[in-house]
Amino acid sequence: MDEAPVIDVRGLTKRFGGRTVVDAVDLSVARGRICGFLGPNGSGKTTTLRMICGLLIPDAGEGTVLGFDMRRQRSAIKARVGYMTQKFGLFSDLTIAENLEFFARVHGLDRRGERVDEALERLGLSSRSGQLAGSLSGGWKQRLALAACVLHEPEILLLDEPTAGVDPQARREFWEQIHDLAARGMTVLVSTHYMDEAERCHEIAYIAYGRMLARGTIEEVVAASHLHALQGEGRLEDGRGADRLAAEIEQRPGVAMAAPFGAAIHVCGPDAQALRDAVAPWADRIAWRETKPSLEDVFIHLMRGAEDRSVAVR
Amino acid sequence: MIQPQSLQRILAMIFKEIRQMTRDPGTVGMMLAMPLVQLMIFGFAINNDPRGLPLTVELNDASPFARSVDAALRNTGYFKVTRVVSAPGEGEQLLARGEVQFVVTVPVDFGRDLVRGRRPQLLLTADATDPAATGNALAAVEQAVAGAMVHDLIGPLAIRQQGPSPVEVVVHRSYNPEGITSHNTVPGLLAVVLSMTMVMLTALSVTREVEQGTMENLLATPLRPVEVMVGKIVPYLIIGVVQMAVILMAAHFVFRVPFMGSIALTLFATLLFMVTSLALGFTLSTVAKSQLQAMQMSFFYMLPSILLSGFAFPYRGMPQWAQIGAEVLPTTHFVRLVRGIMLKGWTLADAAGEMGVLALMLAVLGTVAVRRYQDTVA
Repeated sequence: MDEAPVIDVRGLTKRFGGRTVVDAVDLSVARGRICGFLGPNGSGKTTTLRMICGLLIPDAGEGTVLGFDMRRQRSAIKARVGYMTQKFGLFSDLTIAENLEFFARVHGLDRRGERVDEALERLGLSSRSGQLAGSLSGGWKQRLALAACVLHEPEILLLDEPTAGVDPQARREFWEQIHDLAARGMTVLVSTHYMDEAERCHEIAYIAYGRMLARGTIEEVVAASHLHALQGEGRLEDGRGADRLAAEIEQRPGVAMAAPFGAAIHVCGPDAQALRDAVAPWADRIAWRETKPSLEDVFIHLMRGAEDRSVAVR
Repeated sequence: MIQPQSLQRILAMIFKEIRQMTRDPGTVGMMLAMPLVQLMIFGFAINNDPRGLPLTVELNDASPFARSVDAALRNTGYFKVTRVVSAPGEGEQLLARGEVQFVVTVPVDFGRDLVRGRRPQLLLTADATDPAATGNALAAVEQAVAGAMVHDLIGPLAIRQQGPSPVEVVVHRSYNPEGITSHNTVPGLLAVVLSMTMVMLTALSVTREVEQGTMENLLATPLRPVEVMVGKIVPYLIIGVVQMAVILMAAHFVFRVPFMGSIALTLFATLLFMVTSLALGFTLSTVAKSQLQAMQMSFFYMLPSILLSGFAFPYRGMPQWAQIGAEVLPTTHFVRLVRGIMLKGWTLADAAGEMGVLALMLAVLGTVAVRRYQDTVA
């Protein structure tokens, strides 16, 4: 597998009115991989996706997508990439079939009728093909949007928060479809806020305040964070649960974060010993055990670190 | 009696609405500018009794009487004598091209016939395509000529003032001899209807894509900006062609508007105007941030197009600043074109000037639209 990565960009930078939204982001993704793109709201995920699919021209940085120069060969990229926007971007006043047919035409596909029928079949929407797209529920809209952007069999699929507001059942089916597509060689870059979805990805990229803060498989990202975590369970003297301690413990030195976890409490920090010392005052009533830091721990930790740095710069 | 809680809730709505309004300064600005523009147009620009209309005297007689007719016409205030020509038929050509509104033809031997009491004829030819533009002026002519004669026929010639007027003023209303208003308005309506639908439809349709988020999807496909533009324009062109057919048929069969020029030239000019209007609509859509703004901008364009283009009120009755403003509007040029071709029988050579202006506008607007309409989202 020494094939060149299908997405290979370096130093991507985009500014909007003096504000740097994406700051020197490097990203490379190999063929057939599903890369989860995570980060807080406004961290530059959408802007990065738009630069990769040719909808925005970076202010700095360069790279190739499927071997095409992302600045000069944007139309070649557009023809081979499927991009699903965050907001439902199909035509509400066209029927399901008409929407699919439109995208089939735009991409100049042969056997249009057959392809549209196949897509409808796969979607399970054959019987409702005459229904207006705008009348579909959220989950169906999302499935239709996906069907529309894979109609031309793109080599890369860019999905911008595709499952926001979609029920768990539909989300699961959606991810099964994504894995099917990846198994057939499609490369997927999907932005999401859901940790369970991040865990369904082969690899993740974490971006905050426009900067890439972590990259790799989940294990790699967790290991690279050098975080340690403790889980505490038990009751305090006044009968309150351990979860009520979160605010107090978080103030202690050596604690990066403390968060209630049902009736339990989840604490993490960069140094194992310092963390043990920090929770020592409650050791008699609460049982502390070591646990694996979660992806969420890592992200919040990274985000706070980035926040501090960005404040320091000003 | 309004309950206090209800008042509270109404106030909440009022504050919200006002805040939202101020977030959209363009819309508020246009709302405030609209009455000003209307005041300017209705208060100053529109004039149903136009004065200073261009008139050419075709002087085929060198007698002092002819000169004093000329002077008397100037003194009415209704006319501005722009040229004095002496070649027969030249005045007619100026009238056809729309350079002057009136031609006074002083016949050969006018002075001699006058002195001899032969009641010479003074021919006044008016471009009566717009009856409103000529009505009052025509009435003033007879009086002015009579006045001039009172002044001139003195001494022994005073005897000529007895009996019927010493000069017979023959008025010839060209292009619309019966002074039927619809002959003028129906062709003009073609201009107004087309600019209304073409500009507004395009301006709205593009902003709608942006507002609904479908534009991002379109731009992510291999569709190029020009392709999106052409694809959007063609269906509207079809609508425009249907509108044109309806109006032209109604003009012919219902209103019996004379059709002097060639149909092919009319179609060609109309097509040119439609494309120019579509390009304008596209340009507006690249500026407008919402469908509401696009709608307002179209209205802002429509108002002067109807009022200043010469469609509703005589162009020559307007002060110069309004005339200059009207020259910028494609509708003004198309109103002239369609009236010229239909009522005056303009040929391609006659129409070339106005069509050239439209083509120039199309080139400018098209360039602006394509440049502003990018294949990126920001």
